[in-house]
Amino acid sequence: MSTAVKKRRLSKRQKNILELTILYTIIGIMFVIILYPLLWAFGLSLNPGRGLYGAQMIPENWSLVHYEWLFFDPRSNYLTWYKNSLIVAVATSFFATFIVCLVAYAFSRYRFKGRKNGLYAFLLLQMFPVLMAMVALYILLATVNLLDSLIGLIIIYVGGAIPMNAFLVKGYFDTIPRELDESARIDGAGHFRVFFTIMLPLAKPILAVVALFNFMAPFMDFILPRIVLRSPENFTLALGLFNFVNDQFANNFTRFAAGAILIAVPIALVFLFLQRYLITGLTSGATKG
Amino acid sequence: MATNEKQKTLVNPQHQPTVAALLSIIPGLGQLYNKRFVKGASLFILFAAFAIVMFNFISSGLVGLVTLGEIPREHDSRVFLSEGILSLIFLAFFLTIYYLNIMDAYKDAKRIQLGWTVPNIREGFKNAWDTSFPYILISPGLFLLIFVVVFPLLFMVFLAFTNYSLYNAPPRHLLSWVGFENFIRLFSIQEWRTAFVNVLSWTLIWTFVATSLQIALALFLAIIVNDKRIKFKKLIRTVFILPWAVPAFVTIIIFSALFNDNFGAINLQIIEPLFNTRIPWLQNAFWTKVALIMIQVWLGFPFVFALFTGVLQSISSDWYEAADIDGANRWQKFKNITFPHVMFATAPLLIMQYSFNFNNFNIIYLFNQGGPAVRGQTAGGTDILISWIYGLTFDNQQYNMAAAISIILGLMVATFAFFQFRRTRSFKEEGNF
Repeated sequence: MSTAVKKRRLSKRQKNILELTILYTIIGIMFVIILYPLLWAFGLSLNPGRGLYGAQMIPENWSLVHYEWLFFDPRSNYLTWYKNSLIVAVATSFFATFIVCLVAYAFSRYRFKGRKNGLYAFLLLQMFPVLMAMVALYILLATVNLLDSLIGLIIIYVGGAIPMNAFLVKGYFDTIPRELDESARIDGAGHFRVFFTIMLPLAKPILAVVALFNFMAPFMDFILPRIVLRSPENFTLALGLFNFVNDQFANNFTRFAAGAILIAVPIALVFLFLQRYLITGLTSGATKG
Repeated sequence: MATNEKQKTLVNPQHQPTVAALLSIIPGLGQLYNKRFVKGASLFILFAAFAIVMFNFISSGLVGLVTLGEIPREHDSRVFLSEGILSLIFLAFFLTIYYLNIMDAYKDAKRIQLGWTVPNIREGFKNAWDTSFPYILISPGLFLLIFVVVFPLLFMVFLAFTNYSLYNAPPRHLLSWVGFENFIRLFSIQEWRTAFVNVLSWTLIWTFVATSLQIALALFLAIIVNDKRIKFKKLIRTVFILPWAVPAFVTIIIFSALFNDNFGAINLQIIEPLFNTRIPWLQNAFWTKVALIMIQVWLGFPFVFALFTGVLQSISSDWYEAADIDGANRWQKFKNITFPHVMFATAPLLIMQYSFNFNNFNIIYLFNQGGPAVRGQTAGGTDILISWIYGLTFDNQQYNMAAAISIILGLMVATFAFFQFRRTRSFKEEGNF
């Protein structure tokens, strides 16, 4: 009898080991699938040649020539693009967060005429991609002379960000107990006072999420800049890099790879660093909203 | 007798709400009748100013919206169209305020009838500030929203009923209204119809397959990594989130190089050594679709994975202990504990994933620009609705057809949104306040 128990235990351990091997194998395969394209791009960026053809993932004589070109060649607009992207991203992030907070505060704490319909309108509008109305946006910006300018781009980003983010923030505001601001009201605090000293500090987590999202979105978007911006010195990073490969795909790829690595690394670091907050912010906003 | 009793409770029976409302047809008079002089005067001045400034713009705008210009080469129909839409927006705004003005006079009069005394000026100001505060909060957002989202969408809707195309483009030609002709063409002309059906069916398949695979893979991996016996969890999770962290446009372009038919690594280093052939990833619509779905799964699973991981960690272990005591096997535990928990907590975000992929322009355009091209039709083999619209607008300049398809897309989105959001909790909870 005791041998039988032993045997079963042994087989259980074996089963355990077998299972773990399978799990680790799956994880290993996923590692390869995830890392291969990224490392491949990195390897390519170190190739001295410019073409995709003949470029190797592990170059025999690696060089930083493409990185140098991006930074120091007079024909390269890379640093300007980086600056443009930063301007657009920071401005969008700031204005979108501020306006979204105002709207969310109104919808969360006040009962006013048109509130319910306003909520419905917001819900509906957040489903429509700004992209759907691209012709009209183009013509609109042309008539007010904001075509080919970063300001026009920022305005569109901020406007387009309102419906969806307002919902996230409203959902979060709703979870903040109303007793807090009501007692402040009784103590004589005005509307704005309650907003700035009670609501905003308590809503920091979701504000961080909204700010980060609206910082990242312009950084990564390329289609709207493509519609709005015309001259290379106004390009954002995504658009500029796309044009590297768009004209003569295979012939400029290593240079694109170098430029791409220089965006991907900082963004990925910020993301990995903050993703925990992003996830908690998102789930709380969405499930409670 | 009942009316008699009611009459008695009125403190000022001779003060008639209907009179106040009728007087308010000229804004401000109703308020004067209610003895709210400052309010009435300021309302009157505001309305008069608005009427004087905007009357010409609105009336000419509305006329222009009907005619779309009369002198070719001199009148730009697009400008007429946009001014017309602006006039409509202003008019709607004006009418809303006008209606509120009448209602305000009526309500105040009714309260006066019931014995309410008109507050003094200071109190009146405070009340006005209190009631208008939420509107002040919303106004900057609303203003932007109207000009960046609502106005362009309206413009698009109107465009669908004109004949704005490459051959009939302002300012050289005048546009004219054509009714539903664009929609009729879309369904009656053979090429348009097949293109539309193909694009629509691929859009739906794409949305469903890519998103579901994304979610399934994410769930599978999240459960694996959550296993107690797995070590280096932090490292594994970090790597799994990488595809989300790297900007999508970068990875999509990298993938389109990897999938390149002639010198992409996938053909040269994997397919050719193993199967001794090459797959036409970019030339054949079927293989492009396969590649697109695989890439989207690669790009999209990390976000869902991160969500699921968060939920899995929050499920109390009591559930599983209780299940162990009941002798449940793994599948039963997954089906009855894990799955419902995960889905309940993340459903709205998962639905957002579907709607995101439905309009996922970036991957379609950046990977192969909707191609490979299909003979005799404006849509490429892998175009989804939104990228088809882009192509029609900026490559073929068929603005009217692009707008018509946008409207159909919009209707689909709106129906979906309507049924979806009626069920979300945020609206059910609204009643609590």
